[in-house]
Amino acid sequence: MKLITAIVKPFKLEDVKNAVEAVGLEGLTVSEASGHGRQRGHTEVYRGAEYTVDLVPKVRIEVLTPDDQADAVVDAIVGAANTGQIGDGKVWVTTVDDVVRVRTGERGEEAL
Amino acid sequence: MPEIPEISAGDTAWVLVCTALVLLMTPGLAFFYGGMVRMKSVLNMMMMSFGAMGLVAILWVLYGYSMAFGNSIGGNGLLGDPTEYFGLAGITADSVSGAIPTFVFVMFQCMFAIITVALISGAIADRTKFGSWMIFAALWATIVYFPVAHWVFAFSDEESGYVGGWIANNLGALDFAGGTAVHINAGAAGLALALVLGKRIGFGKTPFRPHNLPFVMLGAALLWFGWFGFNAGSALAANGTAAVAFLNTVVCTAAAMLAWLLVEKIRDGHATSLGAASGIVAGLVAITPACAAVNIVGAIAIGVVAGALCALAVGLKYKLGYDDSLDVVGVHLVGGLVGTLMIGLVATDAYIAESALGLFYGGGAELLGKQAIAAGAVLAFSFILTAIIAFAIEKTIGFRSSEEDELSGVDLANHGESAYEFNDAAYGGSFSKGSGSSVNVTAPSKEGAPA
Repeated sequence: MKLITAIVKPFKLEDVKNAVEAVGLEGLTVSEASGHGRQRGHTEVYRGAEYTVDLVPKVRIEVLTPDDQADAVVDAIVGAANTGQIGDGKVWVTTVDDVVRVRTGERGEEAL
Repeated sequence: MPEIPEISAGDTAWVLVCTALVLLMTPGLAFFYGGMVRMKSVLNMMMMSFGAMGLVAILWVLYGYSMAFGNSIGGNGLLGDPTEYFGLAGITADSVSGAIPTFVFVMFQCMFAIITVALISGAIADRTKFGSWMIFAALWATIVYFPVAHWVFAFSDEESGYVGGWIANNLGALDFAGGTAVHINAGAAGLALALVLGKRIGFGKTPFRPHNLPFVMLGAALLWFGWFGFNAGSALAANGTAAVAFLNTVVCTAAAMLAWLLVEKIRDGHATSLGAASGIVAGLVAITPACAAVNIVGAIAIGVVAGALCALAVGLKYKLGYDDSLDVVGVHLVGGLVGTLMIGLVATDAYIAESALGLFYGGGAELLGKQAIAAGAVLAFSFILTAIIAFAIEKTIGFRSSEEDELSGVDLANHGESAYEFNDAAYGGSFSKGSGSSVNVTAPSKEGAPA
């Protein structure tokens, strides 16, 4: 099993959700995040005082998949989130030892 | 039998409404200031305004009104007799000032005292002990505002033998609604306080971005609305002078907002919402003394100069290194000076026949000189006495919050509250022992929180 974590631009959230669902997965978790990669921040000016805002808003999407679907999900996310601009985000994949469905107690791929 | 002065129902109704409008300015100011500070000190910022509403109203009816509008002690125009109307003694529902009941005038002027004190709080955001602020507010109102209000607002009346303040009568400077007594006064006090309290931790390095700009715009809107009471109400009558003041309060403010935005667009690349709100307030401040002395040309001129100059002046604190957090100096002192001094240039009798003339309308430099003396006197008096009061408080009970409280936020330290709850997962908690409902709440929920 894999955990796919994607950091993408907030306005791409709907596209990414739709793309993940199109692959056939039923669950995902979304949280608001702040951060920067090479994009760095932007500047804001208040009463003439210029501030550099380092951390820009992002959304973090987490998806659990069976091993054989991981590549398809990653491709779907990357395809949907890509704008070609700096700051599009990152996707990474980690291996998951075990998963438990809280309601039923099912374990492993059964629980996905 | 003495002649019984007549009360005008129209004038009375108008000034009553204006009084309520001016009161509304102070909560408006609380939003204007509150939106500009960080999330962890918005309540403290707003409470400094609300605190002034409670405290100054009481002081005003106890002795403030008498110090401002009692007969001048010794006839020298410096201070009204605090014993004359102590506790509003001798004033009844039948007492008349001009064509309105004296109680209406007492309350109208009460609101000016409240907002002048509240204005100062913008200089000391994020780092002030609330109790010390309240003590400062009481001392400042008593020692600085009440005397200055006497200088500027108390007009002598030969018939009754009443002697008022020196700026209004002996000097004869024009200040219709309080450019000197309110704005230069509060601005100079803000500068002194900012210097005594010192800079916030991280000033000039850490961004202190406004946490809620819609609050700032809401506050600016409430201030503009209330300011009609402030300026047009200062006619103390529902008449043509009130109409002129109202007109100029729109025209100058509009010009100032546009001027501020233009400066920003040229200098910073964007016309900002904070700039619009700030420009509105700068224009309102500047037209305050001048609203019955100028025509629309003068009002636009004052607005453009105030909007542009204040937009530039708010940057001075970074160059000179004083932390006037929300620009009481840059907006109220500078705006007040612009309005007070420009009367000397653009005052005209175009709308109000008996008005004095400024330099550009053939009045010579005399009026400008008087305006400069009035502005300078209030500025110096306020700055020096405020510095002394603030220094005394800082050295005795302490004025500034501890470093720890400042970093964790003065809302929690001063008021035991936090303004916002965005995170539902962290909401809840439980009642402390011995407080809240008598039922022991073991499973806290939103329903279990105090109403």
